[in-house]
Amino acid sequence: MTAMTFTLIANPPERIDLSPLTPEKLAGISRRDIEKIRLGTSRRASTVADIFRVSGDDVENIVFDGGSDRFDRVAAQLTGGSLRVAGNVGAQAGRNIRGGRLVVEGGAGPHAGSGMRGGRLEIMGDAGDRLGGPLAGELAGMNGGVLIVRGRAGAFAGDRMRRGIIAVLGGSGDHAGSRMIAGSLVIAGGTGAMPGYLMRRGSIFLDRAPENLSPSFVECGAPESAFAALFDRYLVTEGILGLPLLGNAPRKYSGDNAVLGMGEVLFPRSPGN
Amino acid sequence: MPELSVNGIAIDDTFAEAFGMRATAIVITGPNRKWARQAAITMSGFATSVIACGCEAAIDVELPESETPDGRPGCRVMLFAVSTDELQKQLLNRVGQCVLTSPGSACFAGLKGSADLKLGFALRYFGDGWQISKKLGGRHFWRIPVMDGEFLCEATTGLTKEAVGGGNFFVMAETSGNALAAAEAAVAAIQDVPGAIVPFPGGIARSGSKIGGKYKGMVASANEAYAPTLRGAVASALGPNINSVLEIVIDGETNDAVAAAMKAGIKAVTDLGPERGAVRIGAGNYGGKLGKFIYSLKDMLP
Repeated sequence: MTAMTFTLIANPPERIDLSPLTPEKLAGISRRDIEKIRLGTSRRASTVADIFRVSGDDVENIVFDGGSDRFDRVAAQLTGGSLRVAGNVGAQAGRNIRGGRLVVEGGAGPHAGSGMRGGRLEIMGDAGDRLGGPLAGELAGMNGGVLIVRGRAGAFAGDRMRRGIIAVLGGSGDHAGSRMIAGSLVIAGGTGAMPGYLMRRGSIFLDRAPENLSPSFVECGAPESAFAALFDRYLVTEGILGLPLLGNAPRKYSGDNAVLGMGEVLFPRSPGN
Repeated sequence: MPELSVNGIAIDDTFAEAFGMRATAIVITGPNRKWARQAAITMSGFATSVIACGCEAAIDVELPESETPDGRPGCRVMLFAVSTDELQKQLLNRVGQCVLTSPGSACFAGLKGSADLKLGFALRYFGDGWQISKKLGGRHFWRIPVMDGEFLCEATTGLTKEAVGGGNFFVMAETSGNALAAAEAAVAAIQDVPGAIVPFPGGIARSGSKIGGKYKGMVASANEAYAPTLRGAVASALGPNINSVLEIVIDGETNDAVAAAMKAGIKAVTDLGPERGAVRIGAGNYGGKLGKFIYSLKDMLP
């Protein structure tokens, strides 16, 4: 069996919703019926055959050969199997993933990994705003799983996060970890203004001292920490980082005291801080 | 009279009789080897026999930095008890009073078993609301604030119902010095066997017992058949040349671990030879009807 491959014929003429193309939803469907699935979200109503050339037969292993900023909701509701996109994706990539694995070799639009509950989403390029965050009206954002962005994330990364791990390795925009409820957010490469803005609980792990921390965070020492060592080892063995992030005695700020104040921002001790 | 002998040491044609037990294991780490060991030794203190200690516990193996979850020196400690409830109670009391309190310590699961026992899941309440839960790679940890930073403790550890308690053998020597030398050699060898502990002081028991006694309420009492000072007064198991008997009691994660430990210990005794160590090896049993596990000495020889 070879991976089921959707080769992009030409950039889609409209935004397309790729959520029907997951292992669970394609299982037991013939090639001909797959090609008839509607992906278009406007009156043009593009089908799979209009946009992709389909090959391969292993639906547990799906490849999109070519990507586009118009690819929305890639792998939404994924429960198992693996997807790989050789290119960019649009909004809500990996929305509500519960299991399985999605790799985006390019960049992603806003709300990537929104509402994830399990599985693993890895974005090799940059991600847009509200990484893992909730859609309007939802109470919590990411709720489990592992979300890795090798490039830069936009503003409000990890908004309202409740469980799971987000790791952004190329820096983030403003308000990373805003309104966090719990969970772990790793940001290497610097953050914008006010990381942890209005966070209640949860942890933000940085590779350097934050420059624009809200004044409602308070300094909380830097004792030796077995947890920091454990977390560093986890990041390295999972292949998320090549080197330890925090060291054995990271500095801690706790906040945001404008709200509950039980969150934390940890970053390595360095000669200057 | 014994017929079998190895390297000039007589081997009794008898067997050790052991019982099914519940067991668990944890990995304790510390800022250095001294303090990892200190926490492990403290929590396994007063844990020689289930007769009055509630559990039997000891360090199984010492772990290098590369084999512990947080990359610090560690010890794997095993605990054995007769029931799951008692094991759970002993585990929480001992970790709570002896590991949580030990400077720089952290505590992790040391066994994947058929069921879970609470560890950090219960101890987290020491945090009084400031405890932090973290789930990493399918494992659940609690971070509990303490005066030197945080006590990191895995939420649960595993329970095994396959464990065996009471594997044993006796080393019998002409002098107490020789008996001690033989027993020490056996303990040193058994400490290298994974999944087996020797819970008595330094791994050695000098007061091997029989069940019951003439006084009401005594669960165990003197094993007069192996007491050299009673050699002429009772139906003694000792010949005229034996003046000291020491017992090695072994608890193992599995039947195989107990057998491997008995083999390693007996080999160390026979390697030492009768001049410097034991002249005879025996074992304790209750006639073979009480215990589920039987270890014949002749099957345990090197």
